[in-house]
This record gives sequence, C-alpha cells and structure tokens, in this order.
Amino acid sequence: MISLRRISKFFNKGKVTEVVALNDISLQINKGEFVVIVGANGSGKTTLLNIIEGSQMPTAGTIEINGQDVTPFPEYKRSRWVARVFQNPNNGTAPDLTILDNFRLASLRTQRKNLIIGVNEVFKKKVQEKISDLGMGLENKTDQLMGNLSGGQRQALTLLMSVMDDTDILLLDEPTAALDPKSALVVMNLADKLNKNLGITTVLITHNLKDAVAYGNRLIQLQEGKIARDLNTEDKTAVLIQEIYQWFE
Amino acid sequence: MSQFYLTAVQLSICLGPMALGIFITMKIFNIPDITTDGSYTLGAVVTAVLLTNHWTALAVLPVCMLAGAAAGICTGLIHTKLRIDALLAGILVMTGLYSVNLIILGRSNTPLINMATLFNDFSIFKTDLYNQLFVALIIIIILIFLLRYLLLTDFGIAMRATGNNPVMTKSMGINNDIIKIIGLAIANALTALSGFLVAQYQNFTDINMGIGIVITGLGSVLIADALRIWMNVTNVGLQILLVLAGSLLFQLVLAFTLAMGIDPNFLKLVTALFVLLIVALPRVSQKLRGSISNNSKI
Repeated sequence: MISLRRISKFFNKGKVTEVVALNDISLQINKGEFVVIVGANGSGKTTLLNIIEGSQMPTAGTIEINGQDVTPFPEYKRSRWVARVFQNPNNGTAPDLTILDNFRLASLRTQRKNLIIGVNEVFKKKVQEKISDLGMGLENKTDQLMGNLSGGQRQALTLLMSVMDDTDILLLDEPTAALDPKSALVVMNLADKLNKNLGITTVLITHNLKDAVAYGNRLIQLQEGKIARDLNTEDKTAVLIQEIYQWFE
Repeated sequence: MSQFYLTAVQLSICLGPMALGIFITMKIFNIPDITTDGSYTLGAVVTAVLLTNHWTALAVLPVCMLAGAAAGICTGLIHTKLRIDALLAGILVMTGLYSVNLIILGRSNTPLINMATLFNDFSIFKTDLYNQLFVALIIIIILIFLLRYLLLTDFGIAMRATGNNPVMTKSMGINNDIIKIIGLAIANALTALSGFLVAQYQNFTDINMGIGIVITGLGSVLIADALRIWMNVTNVGLQILLVLAGSLLFQLVLAFTLAMGIDPNFLKLVTALFVLLIVALPRVSQKLRGSISNNSKI
C-alpha cells in the first residue's frame, strides 16, 4: 500500500524560474491496485513516480509504503519494495552485461550482493524458463550482452527482471513510449499479468489513452500538479476514450 | 638483447596490477582516477621503509595494499560524499600523497640493495632475472584468478553494473557511492602492489617514481580496449588477460624505442605520444572510413 500525504514538489523554489510540479497531493493506493495516471506534459506524472521511487525528494509531505514512513529513504533503500520500468529501455538494464548478469542483479534487488558466484546452471535454467514465457525466442540467448537486444526486447526483460525478487510496487513510466506496437502489446500484457497473478500494486503513467482505458482498475488525471480526476473501477469501466480526450482540452 | 626485452617483460608484469587497477576505475566504474601516481609511490615508499626495518617482503605486501586502499578510499569519499569531480578528487589526493610519501620515507630516495626482497628470497633458477620473472608471474597469476573471481561474483556484477548504468543499479538496491569507494580502494590497492613490486625489482624507491605512471597504466588499458573491440571479447577473464597483454605490449614498445638509441630523457615524451597514438588511431581511421563511404555515396 502507498500513502502520499500532502506531497508538494517545487523546482527552483523562491526563484523567478520556480516550477510547482506537485501541489499538495494526497493519494492512497491500495495493495494490488493497478492505477493508471494520465495528464498533459508537465502535469507532474513523472515527478510523482520519482517521489514514490525515491529518486526525488518531496519539498513537503510524507510518503508511506506498507505503513512505514519512507520519506527520507533514498532510491536504493526503497528498492526493497519498489521496482521500476523506465520510459527509455536503456535505463532499466546494463547494456555491457549479459542477460544472465542483469537477471542475477535483479534477483538480488532486496538482498546483499555477496562474494559468491550466483550465475550458475541452476540460475540459468530458472531465467530461461521465465524468459521463454515471453515468446520472444530469447531463452537461448541468455549469454548475450543486453545491449545487443532491441528496445522492445529489453523493455520486456526489464519488466520480467522487476519480479525476479519480492516486489510490492511496480512503477511503469510510459514503458511502451519507445516501442513498436507489437512489443508494446507484449509489455502491457505482461504488466497486466504480473498485476493480476502476483497481486503487485502497479502504477502506470501513459500518454496512450487506449492503454489507459484497457488496463488497470483506477484512473487518475493529473493537471498542473494536482489530482483533477480519480476514477474507481466502476467509473473507469464506463469512461470512453473520447471523454478522456476532452479532459485535455 | 633478449635479456633487455626480458627486463621489459618483467617490468610489464610488475606494472600489471596497476594496469588492472586502472581497468577497474576507468573501464568498470567509468571514473578517471589519477590517484594512481600517488598510490603507486605510496606502495613503494611503504615497502622501502618496512624492508629497511627488517620486515619480510610477504609481511610488507598486505600493509602496502592497505595503504593504497586507504588512498583510494580518500578519493572515493571526496568524490562521492563531497560531490567533487572524480578527476579533481584524484588530483587532490595525489598531490597530498606527495607530502605523505615524503614524510613516510624521510628523504627523497632509499636504496634497497642487499636487502631480503621478494625477488631474492626465491632462487629456483640460476639467473636472477628468471627468478624475478618466476616470482612476479606467480603473483600475477594469483591476482588474475582473484580478480576474475571477484568480478564474476554477485558483488562483482554489482560493480560492473554500477559503471555501466548507475540509474539502473540504484533501482536494484545498490548504493552507488559505497560501491564506487570500494572499487577505488581495490584499484589503488592494486596500484600500491605495483609500487611494492617495482621498488623491489629496481632495488630502490624514489619519491618521484610515480610521476606520470598513470599514463603507462592508461596506455595498457587503451591497448586492451582496442584489442577487446577488435576481438569482440566479452568474457571477464579474457578482458583481464588483455589488460596484462596491453601492459606487456606497452613496455615492449618502450624497450624497442630505447633499443633504437633514443635518449632516455625523451622516454616520457615517447610514452605520451604512444598513448596519444593509441587513442587517436581508431578515431582517425573511423573518420577516414566515414569520408571514404561518404565519397562512395556521391
């Protein structure tokens, strides 16, 4: 569960160039919810995700994860609960490391990285089994460098990597923005499957209104750093894409 | 003449750990660390002082490496905690180490002739040079295995990923600052190990022996990198071997230059020009290839 209480984020505070990215936002996301966030550019969507992840600290307010105040925790400490898939497929993986090495690191996200060699045949088999579910034919290429894969393949693997270790919250920051339609569908279906099968609390930011309607059970619109609309499952099911378009006018 | 080139091989092995240290900072962590000049001399200075105080060479070895690691930790702390550019942090520590080294040594140089060093403790072969080569090879082989093991462990993967994609590693629960400090400590411990070996190999320690040594290590790593790209090497163990091959090639080129009769005063200049050549050659050839393909398009 994520609880944001009176979160504000100012950039260049007190200067002429001051920007209010988030303005006194309070939000509770329950365990297992799949929340989709839409909003115009500069509405504060990515800042909100950054603040949940811990890569940016709020100017004011507190954030709790599973009842624990994590406001002062940096990103690497919050990774105990939070996994993130970035907009840019290059950000989620280490390109000069093999697929196996990347998965090994992901499997230890909440654990210590010890002086033992964990990449062995047993681990390789486990990774191959997970990857084969994607149907991308990557299961026999686990010794390849991650950088040799396409953006879609890397993004799908990043998503799989996020559940290699215990994960409570999955943050998806426009994960399909740089992908072709086929890869985008694979990634979105996988995200949906992970949310439904594993009960992982999921927050998706998207500019794709079809995805906003098709996935998730709650829809939030951010506008100028505030929550303009918050639709529950029932209202979200009833909403039409044309209506969402009108929100941006 | 073969003896002359064998001494170059011996020197390349002694400088191998330093090249591996620079490989860790430059290629694994993407940090331009020039603490090297200071930590190399620090290793040699600690060796000289402890050997003259009748310590055995094997007892001196861990102390040297710990001293080098301490220098690396200083650079790491300045870089990560004070958010000072790694290059400047390295320059600051290197400059400070000059005085530290001078204070530890007590004078500008110390001869180590007729002392029990690592190289004259073992006499398996009749020729001194062969004995020295044998000892240095044993040390470097142990080092290759240890470093390869380290880089393949879970911690090693975290090290490699930190330099490769720091954004990703933070989301993987890695404290980038801590891992960089540990990396700089390991790298400078290896550099101090080179100081330890070279001081005993040349039988003296000089306060200025580290000046410009970073260029030698840099050259070795750049040669290794060119070979790695050319041979498409991804294996960690092979990358380590390529760095040592780079160190060997570098010393052989310098030996060849000297054998050609060039004034030793020009050696540093030749070293710098050689490194420039290694860096510039791939870029120039890439540019030429680009212009040729552009012309062919026209």
